[in-house]
Amino acid sequence: MATDIEKMIIAASRILPEEAAVYVGTGMPLLASVLALNTHAPDLLLVYEGGGVGGKPTGRLPIQVSESLTYENGVTVGSMDYVMSLAQAGWIQYGFLGGAQIDQYGNLNTTVIGDWDQPKVRLPGSGGGADIASLCEKTIILMHQDKRKFVGKLDFLTSPGYLSGPGEREKVGLPVNTGPYRVVTQIGVYGFDDKTKQMTLLHLFEGFTLKDVQENSSFPIAIAEDWNYLSPPTAAELEALQSLDPDGVVLA
Amino acid sequence: MTITKETDVSRLYGWEHPDKMRAYRLEHKSFAKKDKVTTLQDAVSRGVKQGDYIVFGGMGSVRNPIAAVHEVIRQKIGDLTIGTKGSQHDWQLLAAAGNITKAEVSYGFADEVRGLARPARSAVESGRLKVLSETTNAGFQWRFTAAMKGLSFYPTRSSLGTDTLQYSGSKTIIDPFTNEQVELLPACYPDVAVIHVHRADRYGNCQIDGNVAEDIEIAHAAKFVLVTAEEIVHDEVIQNDPALTKIPYFVVDAVVETPYGSHPNQAPGLYSFDEDHWQVWLDASLTDENVEAYLEEYVYGSDDHYAYLEKIGGLRTLRQLEKIEKKLAPYPKVAKRRG
Repeated sequence: MATDIEKMIIAASRILPEEAAVYVGTGMPLLASVLALNTHAPDLLLVYEGGGVGGKPTGRLPIQVSESLTYENGVTVGSMDYVMSLAQAGWIQYGFLGGAQIDQYGNLNTTVIGDWDQPKVRLPGSGGGADIASLCEKTIILMHQDKRKFVGKLDFLTSPGYLSGPGEREKVGLPVNTGPYRVVTQIGVYGFDDKTKQMTLLHLFEGFTLKDVQENSSFPIAIAEDWNYLSPPTAAELEALQSLDPDGVVLA
Repeated sequence: MTITKETDVSRLYGWEHPDKMRAYRLEHKSFAKKDKVTTLQDAVSRGVKQGDYIVFGGMGSVRNPIAAVHEVIRQKIGDLTIGTKGSQHDWQLLAAAGNITKAEVSYGFADEVRGLARPARSAVESGRLKVLSETTNAGFQWRFTAAMKGLSFYPTRSSLGTDTLQYSGSKTIIDPFTNEQVELLPACYPDVAVIHVHRADRYGNCQIDGNVAEDIEIAHAAKFVLVTAEEIVHDEVIQNDPALTKIPYFVVDAVVETPYGSHPNQAPGLYSFDEDHWQVWLDASLTDENVEAYLEEYVYGSDDHYAYLEKIGGLRTLRQLEKIEKKLAPYPKVAKRRG
């Protein structure tokens, strides 16, 4: 039986195409990307904020986006300037994000819970999150779903989703044809409706119902007409994933 | 030019008029080939002043000048403002020790897969540390790029429409070419940059293996540049292949030979993270009392960097970290925050 985290990583991995560049952070995004690289996506180019491009690490996976393993067996290693410029110039189609809060337009908060001036909880900050959310063509958001995280209003809008609705990204000057593409939670996989740009259920994991979708969100979630159940992780996928993290740094 | 959006919540920090910085460089930087090698104590006391705006080289917990961070703590240099440009262990130690009172933040309160960092978070949540502004990793990079290029700003399309931008000190204007909105990031000139490199000569020419993060830009942006090097090499090593020189001597003010100066963090190609020591720190970081005990043991209780290296296990530990980085020894269990 796969755990929630394993199901989410495998579902995210399946979203990645055979050939593309993807901006990865350490943790779940890296596992999803390397799993894709080792299975169906041999020409997936992993790009790290630290400057590593195209690394195919052996032995273990990077625990830092700037460490030497990020460019082991890789293409090049540059600087923050180089890889962020790649994203801004449109070279990087996919990017991974996470967050403490998300709203119905896929906007994310990774900065504070409570007031910015006197926060109840201080979170890491944007890091590269707002850059990836602004500049990559399609972002994949990996996060746990509950009413506290799926909120009507963010405490702080760190990284842009579709802002307040259709056309808003373009209006503020963000590159065209960019934005959140999928949200993967322990319950299912969501997309964003073409017309409303609101989060919409596409797939459920086995064991969950449509009722679970709404009961774990503070905003209404539309259901795609052709929604379906995801096929469960295969034994081969699970084995490949677990072999990437034998010590359970992320999976445990 | 019409400014379409300018926030009143965020102000400019670290910004200077480019002409002021041209004059500063003319007065304070030199092309004379001077031997700048000194001790860590001297370099830190000359370069880092109370109230300074400080930034560190490397990124995350990789190739950071931790030995210099320890020396700043030992010398009790306070009221520092920091730019946390994807920063982790370096500034968290300083925040834990109370040397930092203000921060401009892109990433600064977690250690990636190791978990959220308690000391810096509790410093903010209790009001001991004030966050001045928010930005992004690209935002900080390009603030230093503007400074290096002698410009007052650098344009970007990142983060438009976000609260991050509202709190960043940036201004949004209409791009005269596209007639669409564009963000202008203010240049950032830190008072002091401390950068740990693989090799330097006595004049300050530096080689960095692997990723350079934002180090070329911060070295050209900062007013005082303190380099700690794993090794001081003969002039000829640099002259034999100038293409490898990432930071030229004329921007550097002090050079200190500091072997294993990034410990417990990685120096790419040389030595790995010290996971055992990371676990010691992460466990200590959970309470103020244990943070104080950690600092007493490893920082205040070590007269200098060499005494610290003995405390963390000396040559036996360091050689093992080299073997791990070269894949001659298996990677140990990754340290994580417990509780």
